[in-house]
Amino acid sequence: MAFEGISSKLQNVFKKLTGKGRLSERDVHDAMREIKLALLEADVNFLVVKDFIKRAEARAVGADVLESLTPGQMVIKIVNEELTSLMGSTNAKLDFGPKKPAVILMSGLQGAGKTTMCGKLAILLKKQYGKSPLLCACDIYRPAAIDQLKVVGSKAEVPVYEHGTQDPVKTATEAVEEAKRTFKDVVIVDTAGRLHIDTDMMDELKRIRDALEPAEILLVVDAMTGQDAVNVAKAFNEAVPLTGVVLTKLDGDTRGGAALSVRAVTGKPIKFAGTGEKLSDLEPFHPDRMASRILGMGDMLTLIEKAEQAFDQKKAAELEKKMRTDTFTLDDFLDQMEQMKDMGSMEDILKMIPGMSGKVGNIQVDEKAMGRTKAIIQAMTPKERANPDILNASRRKRIARGSGTTIQDVNRLMNQFDASRKMMKQMTGGMFKKGKKKKGGFPFKF
Amino acid sequence: MEKEKKSWFSRLKEGLGKTNNWFSNLFNKDGINDAFYEELEEAMILADMGMETSERLLDALRAQVKADKLTERADARNALAKLIADTVRVDTAFAADEGPAVILIVGVNGVGKTTTIGKIANEYASAGRKPMIAAADTFRAAAAEQLGEWAARANVPMVRHQEGADPAAVVFDAIASYRAKGCDLLLVDTAGRLHNKKNLMNELNKIRRMIARELPDTPCEVLLVLDATTGQNAVAQAEAFLEVCELTGVILTKLDGTAKGGVTVQISDTLHVPVRFIGVGEGIDDLRRFDADEFAAALLNLEA
Repeated sequence: MAFEGISSKLQNVFKKLTGKGRLSERDVHDAMREIKLALLEADVNFLVVKDFIKRAEARAVGADVLESLTPGQMVIKIVNEELTSLMGSTNAKLDFGPKKPAVILMSGLQGAGKTTMCGKLAILLKKQYGKSPLLCACDIYRPAAIDQLKVVGSKAEVPVYEHGTQDPVKTATEAVEEAKRTFKDVVIVDTAGRLHIDTDMMDELKRIRDALEPAEILLVVDAMTGQDAVNVAKAFNEAVPLTGVVLTKLDGDTRGGAALSVRAVTGKPIKFAGTGEKLSDLEPFHPDRMASRILGMGDMLTLIEKAEQAFDQKKAAELEKKMRTDTFTLDDFLDQMEQMKDMGSMEDILKMIPGMSGKVGNIQVDEKAMGRTKAIIQAMTPKERANPDILNASRRKRIARGSGTTIQDVNRLMNQFDASRKMMKQMTGGMFKKGKKKKGGFPFKF
Repeated sequence: MEKEKKSWFSRLKEGLGKTNNWFSNLFNKDGINDAFYEELEEAMILADMGMETSERLLDALRAQVKADKLTERADARNALAKLIADTVRVDTAFAADEGPAVILIVGVNGVGKTTTIGKIANEYASAGRKPMIAAADTFRAAAAEQLGEWAARANVPMVRHQEGADPAAVVFDAIASYRAKGCDLLLVDTAGRLHNKKNLMNELNKIRRMIARELPDTPCEVLLVLDATTGQNAVAQAEAFLEVCELTGVILTKLDGTAKGGVTVQISDTLHVPVRFIGVGEGIDDLRRFDADEFAAALLNLEA
C-alpha cells in the first residue's frame, strides 16, 4: 500500500533534523515535501494542499523547537495545529431556527449515504435534542428510494411522509403541513442524489430550498471522495448556501482528505460523521482526530499525553516492583486494565501509534472480552484475587456463576494469567538488564 | 427527465471537463521543460491518478521524449495518452461474452452496484442472452425492491429472499432457478460493504466459494464497482476485494460527473485488474464497454 510508506518516509526526513534548536528553512522545506505527499495520498485536493503547505511552512520556519520535542516532532506539532484549526471548531451544533417545524434539508451526490443519514439524524434528534422528527421522502427518481426511507423510518421509529413520485417541492411542502398537524417539530427532507453539474436537478434543489426555507442545509459527503470533492462542495454551496457538512463511511480505512478539501472550499463546519452501518452510528465530528487521521502518521504526542495523565506514576512504580518480586495479583491485573480503559478504547489507542492507523481495521479489538475478564475477577473474593493458586474446581464454578460466564472462561483467564505472569517475569528480568523500559508496558493479552 | 442523447465519448469528455481544461492549458504553452512536467504531475494528481503512478508514467514519458526527440508539447501529450492507454488496456476476453458465466458484483456502500446490475442485465438480455438476477443484498433497506424494479425494466427473472436473510442462501436458490430455467448468465448483487469489515468480507468469501462449488465449470467474473469520485482509497478497496473474492475486473461508475476516475489507472498499473465497463448515467442503457484509448484520449482532451 502506498500509504504505509508515509510515516516511515516522514520519520526518515525528521531523523536528519535531530539536535537542532531552531527549524531552518531547508529542514522545513524537506519536511514539507513529505507532508505534501502525505496529504495528497490522503486525497486532500491538490490546490488546498498547496495553499496549506505555504501557510504551515511560513509558520514553521524559524520556530523555536520546544525543549521536550525533537525538531521533527515540532514540525508535526505545527502542521497538526494548522490542520486542526483549518478543520474548524469542535462543537458544531444543529441550528433549528425560529420556524416551527424546523426543516433540515439533506443534499449530495448519488450514493453518498443521504437516506441512511436521515435515519441516523432522526435518532440523534430524538435522543439528544428531545425532538420528534418527521422524515420526508423527496427522492422520486431512484427505484425504491421511498421504500428505503420508509424502512429506515420504521427502524428509527420515526414517521415518514411520502406522496409517490409527484414534484418533490410539493411533497416537501405537504410534509411541513403534516408535521404541523401531527405536532412534529423537525422535518428531515431526504432528496435524490444529484450531480453538481446537472442544472435541472440543482434547480430542483433550489426550488425545495425556496419553498421550505430550511434551518439547516447539509451536504452529505462520502469520506472516500478524491480530488473532485472540491468541485462538488463548491457547486452545492453556490447553489444552496450550505449550513454544514456530514461525512459518511468514516468507518472505512480512508484517510478522509476530502473532509479538509470540503471544509477549505466551503468554510462550512463539518457537523457529524457516520461511523457504521447501524442507525445509531453517528458521531459529532472531531477536527483534531480528523487532522491526525489525514496526516496518517498517528498522533504520538497525544498518546504520550494521554498515557501520562491516565497512568498513575505511583501505581506504576508499585507495579514494577511487584513484577520484579513476582507478587503480581489479579487485583493488579484489574487495576492495569482500568487504567488502560481511562486512556480510551483499545482501538483509539492503537490508532494513535504511528504505523498502526492503517492496520487497526484488521485487528478486531474485543472490548467485550475485556468486560468478561473484569466480571470474572470481580466475582472473586479478595483472598482469591491475592492468591490465585487457591482456585479449586468449586471456587471456579462459583466464580463462573457469579460473573455470568462459564468455567471454561474462568479457566482460560487463569491460564492466561499464569502464562502472562511467567512471561512478565522473564521480560522484567531481561528488561532491567538491558535498561530498556519501553517494552514492559502491557504484557497481557485480554 | 429525458436527456439529449450524446455519444458516450462526448459525455465522457464532458464529464472529464475539468481535467481537459487543465491539460489543454498545459499543452498550449511551448517547450518541454521541468515546469511542464511539474504541471503535468499536478494535473495527473488532480485526476486522482496518485503519486506513484503519475511519477512512473512521467518517467516513461521523459524517456520517450528523449528517445524520440520530441519537442512539441502536443506530441508529448499524445505520447502520454498512449502510455496511459497502454497501462489500462484490457487484453483478455470477458467471460460472460464467451458463454455461460456468473457475474458477481461487489463493492463498498453507495457506488452503484444495484443500478449497474440492472444495466448489465439489460445489455445481455437485449443481446439475446438469458440472464438471471440474484438479489443477495439482504442488508440494505429496500435493496431488493430497487433491484426488482431494474429486473422488471430489463425483463429478467430475479430471485430474492426477505430482508436480513442469508445472502449465500439467496445465491444458492438463484443457482437452482438458473439451472431449472436454462439461463446462461447469473448476475449476483451483493450488499455494499466497507473492505475493512472483516466479517462482511468473510460473508462475501463464503458466497464466492459457494458459487465455485455449485457451478464449478462456469467461469465467474467478480467485478468491483468503483465510484469515479473515489480517491486513493479505491486502491485499498481493490486490494481487499482481490484477496477475499478473486476480483477479475472493475466497473467505473458515475463518470458523467466531473470526477475522472483516474485512480483506475493506478489499479490497472499495480494490481493488474482491468476496467470492464463504465457507467455514464442513471438510464438503463448508460453502461459502456471500457475502451482504453478512448478513456486516455478523453482524459487528455484528444480527439479519438
